[in-house]
Amino acid sequence: MTQLLRLDGLNRAFGERQALKDVTFDVAPGRLTGFVGANGAGKTTTMRIILGVLAADSGTATWGGAPITRDHRRRFGYMPEERGLYPKMVVREQLTYLGRLHGLAAGTVTRNIAGLLDRLGIGERADEPLEKLSLGNQQRAQIAAALVHEPELLVLDEPFSGLDPIAVDTVVAVLREQTARGVPVLFSSHQLDVVERLCDDLVIIGDGAIRAAGGREELRATYALPRYEIRVDGDAGWLRDQPGVTMVDLDGPRAVFDLAAGVEDQSVLRAALDRGPVRVFAPVAPSLAEIFREVAR
Amino acid sequence: MTTFDIVRLVAAREIRVKLRDKTFLWSTAIFLLVVVGATVLPGLLGGGDGAPASVAVAPGPAATALADAGLDVHTVTDDAAAEQLVRDGDVDAAVVAGPRVLAMDDEPSKVVSALSAQPPVELLDPNTVNETLAFLVPYAFAFVFFITSLTFGLQIAQSITEEKQTRVVEILVATVPVRALLAGKVVGGAVLAFGQIALITVVGIVGARLAGAPDNVLSLLGPAIGWFIPFFVVGFVMLAALWAAVGALVNRQEDIGGASMPVQMVLMLPFIAVLALKDNAAWITLLSYLPVSSPTAMPVRLFAEEAAGWEPLLSLAILAVAAVAMVFVGARIYEGSLLRTNGRTKLAAAWRDREAARLVG
Repeated sequence: MTQLLRLDGLNRAFGERQALKDVTFDVAPGRLTGFVGANGAGKTTTMRIILGVLAADSGTATWGGAPITRDHRRRFGYMPEERGLYPKMVVREQLTYLGRLHGLAAGTVTRNIAGLLDRLGIGERADEPLEKLSLGNQQRAQIAAALVHEPELLVLDEPFSGLDPIAVDTVVAVLREQTARGVPVLFSSHQLDVVERLCDDLVIIGDGAIRAAGGREELRATYALPRYEIRVDGDAGWLRDQPGVTMVDLDGPRAVFDLAAGVEDQSVLRAALDRGPVRVFAPVAPSLAEIFREVAR
Repeated sequence: MTTFDIVRLVAAREIRVKLRDKTFLWSTAIFLLVVVGATVLPGLLGGGDGAPASVAVAPGPAATALADAGLDVHTVTDDAAAEQLVRDGDVDAAVVAGPRVLAMDDEPSKVVSALSAQPPVELLDPNTVNETLAFLVPYAFAFVFFITSLTFGLQIAQSITEEKQTRVVEILVATVPVRALLAGKVVGGAVLAFGQIALITVVGIVGARLAGAPDNVLSLLGPAIGWFIPFFVVGFVMLAALWAAVGALVNRQEDIGGASMPVQMVLMLPFIAVLALKDNAAWITLLSYLPVSSPTAMPVRLFAEEAAGWEPLLSLAILAVAAVAMVFVGARIYEGSLLRTNGRTKLAAAWRDREAARLVG
């Protein structure tokens, strides 16, 4: 039942504004795919097209190789960016309603809800109207709404915004259960540190176009600058005068520097060893924030 | 999951939510109390006529006739004693020699009729509508259609706006077809509307029975009500589609009032016209064919026995065609504006927006 979600050459304009330009990427089974981009970059538009809430002007979204139909979508789980459940309706009842609309039998829905709400830590609030819950707990209920029908694909727009760190961990654990059963999960986030810690794959969108997509480590390697960190016993200031070295950061014995193309890192290490002991010498992997700044510019 | 299953689920939610809404429950309860009051109280308060009149009379043939008529007969020794009882206020009237009837200030009609020889009456057309009913029935039909369409139409609009306002609509649209959602809303509203009317009717009938209304009222009303039901159903669906469009055009509950003005006019004008023109044969005939007023005007004509047998059928057919057209218009506006969550959607923009039509499957 687990499949690959593939977006291929999606375009969408709103009036004059081209919101999506040839958006192409995959969301693989069992992988948490982080979807990052600035406000208005096109994350929500892309997600809405996957869920059939918006139409694409051109391009295709396929599920297991076939164009996505309503029958597929009924087995997708979706959490919209601007949260939406019925404020006055009891949590358990609205989850039941949504589960039934997704085509589940009443008994299955009841079982799923009980387990899901307990794992999300709001089991005791299940019989209260949604509006009586705190915002964080409403958000957990919203995540439960996306999961109640055991979806085959999860699309979550900013699932972590407004959650405290403990709630983030709870939700992450629940999402991990989903990937463990092979479900592809696509989630967008502004919180790059959370995405960095969490995602297996990463898609970066900027101004409606995909700027980078791939495995997290793969991207880090691709976007790794020829940047190194060194720690010696004395002052590292001499590095400035080494040919091909551009100093990024210098703090007494510790320095971060970039190497010009064609300059051997080992020759710098040898020069350092000639001056005394070297405690640390390592390439610096870029953080997600750095990659993001680099590609989304 | 068939479309029918989806419609059923959506309608069931609408009904369940409404049945727990305290405002709705209280307004229904008050409505029922008014119906009970209107049917039962007149019978109870008009008790003056109900108690047998008391009459004083000396023994004789008059005394026998009065007793046979079910009056409260006080037998006295002579006419002077009878007159004294009347003066003391112990009896309503006295019958003295002559025969003359004595009373203080009210002419005792029951006593008089008990003494008179009345010719037997034969009604040649016994179902001729009595005047009070003829006056009340048009109001009843017009009010029921007007109030119910307004209440439950507004409810449909509010429910749709709520889903837009909370964005739950995105989850719904991602899950089920937009038209199934719309159909569920209309069906839910209709079931509630018919349920409330049925309840009021039952309470009204029981109340009328308890209060001792003449049996023939129901048999008189029967055919008119029988026709009112299909007219009501089709007319309600037609208006519900328009209310749904209104609900989808706006983003906030506060804006429904303004956006629904045209629909309210469509309800209000025929309501006023039917009541104002019900005695004008030409106008009421015209109104009984116009789709917006026929649900009220045609049953009124049928009740007054002014319409030929084929007329309601033709009128109903016109209404059905109009309803299909309005459902099409309402559904298109609903589809075109449901996902536009930035402020109020212009009617023309909603009409042109084919977003939903472009979606696959």
